[in-house]
Amino acid sequence: MVDKKTVDYVANLARIEISEEEKEYLLPQLSKILEYIDKLKELDVSKVEPTRGAFSEENILREDRVKSSEVFKDILKNAPSQYNNLFKIPQVLE
Amino acid sequence: MKDNILNLAGYQISHLIKKAEISEKEVFSFFYHRIENIDKQLKSFVEVYDPPLYYEGDSSLKGLPIAIKDNICIYGKRITCASKILSSHIAVYDATVIKRLKKAGLAIVGTTNMDEFAFGSSTENSCYGPTRNPWDLERIPGGSSGGSASAVACRLVPFALGSDTGGSIRQPASFCGVVGFKPTYGRVSRFGLVAFGSSLDQIGPITTNFSDCAHLLNIISGFDEFDSTTSHKPVPDFTKVLNYPIEGIKIGLPKEYFGKGLDNEVEKSILELISVFKKLGVKFKEISLPHTDYAVATYYIIAPSEASSNLQRFDGIRYGLRLGDDLMSVYKITRKEGFGEEAKRRIFIGTYSLSSGYYEDYYLRASKVRTLIKKDFEDAFKEVDVILTPTSPTPAFKLGEKSKDPLSMYLSDIYTISVNLAGLCAVSFPCGFSLQGLPIGAQLIGRAFDEETLIKLGSAFEKETDYHQRIPPIGRIK
Repeated sequence: MVDKKTVDYVANLARIEISEEEKEYLLPQLSKILEYIDKLKELDVSKVEPTRGAFSEENILREDRVKSSEVFKDILKNAPSQYNNLFKIPQVLE
Repeated sequence: MKDNILNLAGYQISHLIKKAEISEKEVFSFFYHRIENIDKQLKSFVEVYDPPLYYEGDSSLKGLPIAIKDNICIYGKRITCASKILSSHIAVYDATVIKRLKKAGLAIVGTTNMDEFAFGSSTENSCYGPTRNPWDLERIPGGSSGGSASAVACRLVPFALGSDTGGSIRQPASFCGVVGFKPTYGRVSRFGLVAFGSSLDQIGPITTNFSDCAHLLNIISGFDEFDSTTSHKPVPDFTKVLNYPIEGIKIGLPKEYFGKGLDNEVEKSILELISVFKKLGVKFKEISLPHTDYAVATYYIIAPSEASSNLQRFDGIRYGLRLGDDLMSVYKITRKEGFGEEAKRRIFIGTYSLSSGYYEDYYLRASKVRTLIKKDFEDAFKEVDVILTPTSPTPAFKLGEKSKDPLSMYLSDIYTISVNLAGLCAVSFPCGFSLQGLPIGAQLIGRAFDEETLIKLGSAFEKETDYHQRIPPIGRIK
């Protein structure tokens, strides 16, 4: 079952900080949900193909066309921080 | 005239506008007054536009107000998905369904409350607080499209759009006593709908009756070059089947949906519905969907897996909220503060199911069980034309009743979830009331792209009963 270490590991993968207090209630909740989900192990699915989408109507292809986009300015208006028409973000490389 | 429109269907009001017996302005002020007077108690709207966004187009619903779930993009307007992480976000384009509503001349009056990112069955997981059930303010309206269902039930708008990933249109429609339609996957474009589970999501109408439902489906359905999962199949005129004979249609009753956990009053209403259909010449047959018991477990791997991927984009870089200072803390603290409890739970389950070492046991296994669930329906539809079930095992539950126990909340979706896994169409409509005065909903499930049979049956039932005309007590003001 899930332990604190697993929760920390998954929280890091999901890039969400969690407090000790959150862990206290998340741990039993997640354990209970995963325990329920484990009922899928009752089924033999060794010969079953997975379904990824509802319907597969083949590949949908179209020509690549260059079009101008008008939404550029609107998109930047939503940015938490911007500079010179670019998204401004914290330093990535040292 | 103005006093009478409360009891009219949307398409009838639109007809009066065309005959100049009432103006668009009068219609809007009629509904706007209702929003102003009643929504303080319901809290079904996130934002009300005054004046509404009017458009020049034309259709059988021209001039009518419509409300939109807060996860569908309306250009220049706030779209928040009831999440703190998006609370200041302005949509930069129109969803395809919005473009189509504009072309049809509808007036958008505002956005409706929902569970954050559509994660929930009660509309309690909203950063704005819960919406109330108009039939009993101590109860939840269902979810995640609870705002849309509650507003329509109280006639604050003639109709609204919702989205359905595991029952999010049908379950609140059932709890509020209205018609909630989940079209076949691929029937309606998802372009501009904030993605939750991309292989499950579908936009659909919430209306007070099947006629309006058919008119709205005509407007929003069809292929869209911006959503490659939309189907090229021609879209029929859904209003053509509204007065159709239903004699000889074969309905299947899956035995797995009528067992343990089903409330007595719900069962009784479904049995009465069956006897009405029988009188109209419909044939019934008991069928089996043997993997029903695995549907919730399958869904709660697949949907959170897709959700955890889709929600990666909310990282504090391009949208709304940004907290923290260095790059890693921007990601982690923005997401910690921006997402609510249920969103985090789903992200955790999804991330876990997809992570190396667990993928085969969880996501891959669930995708295989999904094949079995889909095949159950394919087999059933060899014997019957459509399947009838309750929409939910019980009528609306109380606020707070299930919010501390996520698994019991998940299990309340037990009858609606398989439909999304199999990509089928389904509708919930009112078929009775409990002794306490709470609406009870029935669900019809159709073959892929056979929305017409559902509309035929639903509209035939409406002619025999008055459940769809009942208005909650707090909505009976003039």
